[in-house]
Amino acid sequence: MKIRPITFLPVIILLGIGIAFAFGLRNDPSKIESTLINKPMPDFVLERVLDDQPALTPADLLGQVSLVNVFGSWCAACVQEHPMLMRLANHEGVAIYGIDSRDTAEAGAAWLEKYGNPYRKVGLDAQSRLAIDLGVTGAPETFLIDKQGRIRFKVIGPITEQIWKQQLKPMMDLLEAES
Amino acid sequence: MSKWAAIILLLLLTGFGYSSAYAVTPDEQLSDPVQEQRARKISKKLRCVVCQNQSIDDSDAQLAGDMRRIVRERIVAGDSDEQILKFMVDRYSNFVLMRPPFAANTLILWLSPFLFIILGIGMFWHISRRKPKSVTVLNQTDETEQRLTEVLEEMKKN
Repeated sequence: MKIRPITFLPVIILLGIGIAFAFGLRNDPSKIESTLINKPMPDFVLERVLDDQPALTPADLLGQVSLVNVFGSWCAACVQEHPMLMRLANHEGVAIYGIDSRDTAEAGAAWLEKYGNPYRKVGLDAQSRLAIDLGVTGAPETFLIDKQGRIRFKVIGPITEQIWKQQLKPMMDLLEAES
Repeated sequence: MSKWAAIILLLLLTGFGYSSAYAVTPDEQLSDPVQEQRARKISKKLRCVVCQNQSIDDSDAQLAGDMRRIVRERIVAGDSDEQILKFMVDRYSNFVLMRPPFAANTLILWLSPFLFIILGIGMFWHISRRKPKSVTVLNQTDETEQRLTEVLEEMKKN
């Protein structure tokens, strides 16, 4: 019996679907694309975390290239990321600001006391209000803010050496050159 | 009677009785039952961005709780259902909707079932259109039947 090409059609379709799914499985579902890239940082009012320092305000994020890091004392991955932030703040001269999300001021302050404070200013976002405005799905998440206070890039999860060297640093240098 | 008792027990054991349990805590609920009903309906349409396969109405994640609170706040503030859904989509993209909208990047998702049905009907039609290869098949059946009766009769004798 002569086998006609159409006989193979279901197999070919199945194979196509299989390949599409195989690639789909490689995508990390926790990485939701940010809708806020190139948009201004949403307005916010935060409470203070540290007694000796006023809370982070929107005005703090203007006039310089900075990183805004969403963290929390409950967040395990933040502990893992922390040495990196300390290094960027203390040795690379990066301006990092902290949003203490879903936390209490006491717990946040104790956490910064224990691990060190890489942030120029911190604000408490107790009910995730700013986190939701920023489309945050977990912690840590870090936003790259340009001199006009616009969000230019977002890192989901801890900043690794690779992300810093290959993405954040080159972008920050470029933004630094902007007026 | 005992049959019904058994069925009810079985349903309870399989978690049927708990299906109405939800993550909404009493202190988040609105006092106006109509508004609360709306909040529940909207919450069911929004995906929990932490657990992703649950709606924020089902999810115990803290962020889902914070999102439910915002949904209720916006209802009290007088927003329409669409405005509230848009509020979340503006922040979390279409991903936050449990039911993806019909858009350019979801065309395949929405149209592929129809495509496969058409393809299936096409293949069915194509195959059923073929003419039978020969007519000897019928004769063979007759022979087989004859042989069967022979065997049956032999068995009866034994």
